[in-house]
Amino acid sequence: MTSRSVSSWGNVTRAEHALYRLRSRFDRFPQVPPGSTVLPYGNGRSYGDSCLNTGGALLETRSLDRFIRFDRDSGLLACEAGVLLADILRFAVPCGWFLPVVPGTAYVTVGGALANDVHGKNHHRAGTFGRHVHRLELLRSSGERRVCSLEESPQWFCATVGGLGLTGAITWAEIQLRRVPGPALDVETVRFANLDEFFALCDDSDREFEYTVSWIDCLARGPRLGRGLLQRANHIESPSRGRPAGRRLSVPFVSPVSLVNAATLRVFNTLHYRLRRTARARGVADFQSFFFPLDRLRHWNRLYGPRGFYQYQCVLPGAGGPDATARLLETVARSGLGSFLAVLKRFGSLASPGMLSFPRAGVTLALDFPNKGPFLERLFHELDEVVSAAGGRLYPAKDGRMPGALFRSGYPQWTQFAPYIDPACSSNFWRRVTEGA
Amino acid sequence: MSGTLVIGATSAIAEATARRLAERGDPLYLVARDGERLAAIAADLAMRGSPRVGSERLDANDLAAHEGMLDRAERFLGGLDTVLIAYGTLSDQRACEDSVALTLRELHTNALSVVALLTQIANRLAGRGAGTIAVISSVAGDRGRRANYVYGSAKALVSTFLSGLRQRLSRHGVAVVTLKPGFVDTPMTAALEKGWMWATPERVAAGIVRAIDRRAGVAYLPAFWRPIMLVIRLIPERIFRTLEL
Repeated sequence: MTSRSVSSWGNVTRAEHALYRLRSRFDRFPQVPPGSTVLPYGNGRSYGDSCLNTGGALLETRSLDRFIRFDRDSGLLACEAGVLLADILRFAVPCGWFLPVVPGTAYVTVGGALANDVHGKNHHRAGTFGRHVHRLELLRSSGERRVCSLEESPQWFCATVGGLGLTGAITWAEIQLRRVPGPALDVETVRFANLDEFFALCDDSDREFEYTVSWIDCLARGPRLGRGLLQRANHIESPSRGRPAGRRLSVPFVSPVSLVNAATLRVFNTLHYRLRRTARARGVADFQSFFFPLDRLRHWNRLYGPRGFYQYQCVLPGAGGPDATARLLETVARSGLGSFLAVLKRFGSLASPGMLSFPRAGVTLALDFPNKGPFLERLFHELDEVVSAAGGRLYPAKDGRMPGALFRSGYPQWTQFAPYIDPACSSNFWRRVTEGA
Repeated sequence: MSGTLVIGATSAIAEATARRLAERGDPLYLVARDGERLAAIAADLAMRGSPRVGSERLDANDLAAHEGMLDRAERFLGGLDTVLIAYGTLSDQRACEDSVALTLRELHTNALSVVALLTQIANRLAGRGAGTIAVISSVAGDRGRRANYVYGSAKALVSTFLSGLRQRLSRHGVAVVTLKPGFVDTPMTAALEKGWMWATPERVAAGIVRAIDRRAGVAYLPAFWRPIMLVIRLIPERIFRTLEL
């Protein structure tokens, strides 16, 4: 056991943690000192504090990185929980298989993808990652090993999927891959002038395309509110194998100030929107550049400077979603605290398996902000009110600050979830959102 | 296509090395003490691209079992070509200082059992007139230090043995590669605090594959350890004995 200073992807909180490690799926759960707690930790790509356990310990799972079996006919893959999605794709794509759901980065572990029940650009077709996991093994601090699925220990399965690592350590999982004709996608980019156009585009796009996602210029106001670019794509059998991913670049050190600020953002957003000469463009893209554009820039989080950044991702359910989205974008535009990465997507109605899974039918909006302290928190507070009034909720994997009350109203099942928490497990996030409840 | 026999296949460095070999399509024969983990690693390497993976359990301290293991590995791989010896234990120096039995056991595991294996492997490869023997020694073998001189002296024996073996086998067309990793972040060193000098098993594994392919003599992993150890070896005893190294 050693200790090390660990921060999450957003780099806002950095804290000393005792470190334990699982090196194979047969290892025992480590004994933590009485009174201390431990939290399973994969590749550390959660943005806020859901992967941190200040004052306690982390249980590193990255060394659980072995493939167990793969049925080339049925596409059922079993692997240890520390395997990265990137490793699975490197192995599966050449044999004509693909992950059923991928988030915006391939550098997350299978365990992390499950613990956050991640979603992707195909949510309207495939739902969340957890829907495609047939079985998993949960290792509890008592030493008990429990194989969970929708048939076997279903309550444990539903608590662990989306359970933020609090129910114990996931040691392995069985994932149903899906067939693809090749590594390429047919991608169409459509420009929309405002939010109404976006929602009008959604119906057609979601019907015709497996993957849809939109970038929004969140500095635009008035009649241009919600202008942006919609990307929609399908897997294709590519004649040319698509454009291979270029060399990976890296941000070598933390920039002394955030390079993402109002000035750079206005220039970027205007150019990004305007530089498309046509309202529509179509092309073939390699899956890496379509699904994981930011993975090409290692340590991109360092661009936000030493104070780090926050991401704010909400889902706004039901018929009020479009109006609430407009109110959120107005509030952000008014604040002048533009977001570099403003992503809008309509979730489908497929149910998420986890008790605490984030996705539900509605509109989801994700925004990144450099950490500007109280000034930013005031904006978040205004956004929270819109989300709360719309009956929405925030995504724990991205969150480092939501008020406990907002979490508890957004996830009323948290009281059913709580009994499944391993007595040895805790996290900064969990202590924060349940404090005083 | 050349196959590789890996002895100590469940060590983090050996596993990372075997992955690189599997990904380029080498057949593998894996040997380790922990049968459960060995089977899991063998299945993983087969999925990563090795066309044939065999494995068997062995306690390297059971010297009588060596010959049968080498026979089976040779049969499975269709002849021994490359052998990587990668097992070892990081001795508890403090405990060794109070226990003759523990000290001798550590020397047996880290040095004598390796010498026993090398003696047989050397004769088999010399007979074929080809092949590569690569052994993970350590920078700790370059000079004894108070912190780990039991481990270090075992590795020194291995390094010196390999040096002589390299001379002897060079005229038989067999390469002997002494691998000297520095600090590597593995389960063996889990109890130690880590700093900038620590390398990942993956980085060390890349260096091992390169050294085997180039049939290098002595490879420091990563390479920055070569000048560091040169300086450390040059420090006069009079000064060295007072250092907090």
